[in-house]
Amino acid sequence: MADEHAQATAVRTAAHAIADRLAAEKDHLTDLDSAIGDADHGANMDRGFTAVCDRLADLESDDPAELVKTVGVALISEVGGASGPLYGGSIMKASQELEGGVTAETTVAFAETYLETLQARGKANLGDKTMVDAVTPAVHTYKKSVETDELSPLEALAKAVDAANRGLEFTTPLRAKKGRASYLGWRSVGHQDPGATSTLYILEELLAVAQDELGEMGDIERDATADVDPSDVQVREESETEAKDAVDTAATEDTDTEVQD
Amino acid sequence: MVGIVVVSHSEEVARGIKVIAEEMSGADTVHAVGGTADGRIGTTPDTIVDALEAALSDNDAVVVTVDLGSAVMNAELAIEMAGVESAAVIADAPVLEGTVNAAVTATAPDATQESVLAAATDARDLSKL
Repeated sequence: MADEHAQATAVRTAAHAIADRLAAEKDHLTDLDSAIGDADHGANMDRGFTAVCDRLADLESDDPAELVKTVGVALISEVGGASGPLYGGSIMKASQELEGGVTAETTVAFAETYLETLQARGKANLGDKTMVDAVTPAVHTYKKSVETDELSPLEALAKAVDAANRGLEFTTPLRAKKGRASYLGWRSVGHQDPGATSTLYILEELLAVAQDELGEMGDIERDATADVDPSDVQVREESETEAKDAVDTAATEDTDTEVQD
Repeated sequence: MVGIVVVSHSEEVARGIKVIAEEMSGADTVHAVGGTADGRIGTTPDTIVDALEAALSDNDAVVVTVDLGSAVMNAELAIEMAGVESAAVIADAPVLEGTVNAAVTATAPDATQESVLAAATDARDLSKL
């Protein structure tokens, strides 16, 4: 089925984009985690998504649900910190929602199951200074944008990324109530949460890949914080006609780096 | 018979707890698991699944004791992955004292999963001074 092949290709492309982004942000994530955690989040996520790419390369399948499940299983086995069961367990469970293919409806179901599983496993509430603070507004915004505002999945995802970014910023002034940071009490205030940060990076890469795969972005404002993975920029630079795109993307990345630092 | 699985971020800590608990109980009932597959500090569900299966090969039920954050989550996930939700239970207890209490109680002839779990949980109230 051609449609399924395209969806499978998009899943594989997204996994590589996320792996490249997390490799590039490894030190930044570790810096954030060394301030309030155990300084392993960058290395753990990088190791996890490297394993994801290896396992996807070994898997001959065009079933998007099976591919996404493989992403979750790889993260569960390879990450080693709390992010393994949180990211991996939630992705593995939510992958069941994609068994009928990737549509607006199944991606909303995926997002909702991801959030439910994350909260059940981590037992964190909104405002505890965890990845839940980025995931919750993103999932709620995506669901509302698709179901109530009847936006396209691409427009809805762009809004969800904005929502995750606002949720991430909201973690900085909070006192941590869950995870290793909670042992620091008031000293955790003033630091951005690493798990919420990696959540935003992953969503940004999903958006960038969705934009490339789904095409036609004329009617959507590009989010200033959303960027594209470096390998994608190189691919674009090889094309004369898309050279301007690459410059725009690089400029966006520079701005992003300044904001993040 | 009730088995015990102790899960720590460090394999050495898990093994050390097993040694202390078995010295107190005089019985070989504790399965120790810790660290990541490549020997780093952390936990991974895969090795916990192996320990659960080993413990359940000679016991009807298992009580799992855990140290910090991800050990709890990975133990929960491992129980689901192994499909042993009805046979394994996690104790909300300090990992060393809970494991010692559980190991001692598990040697009683009438020990049940409930009695071993209760003994582990009682370790929360142990006063040291």
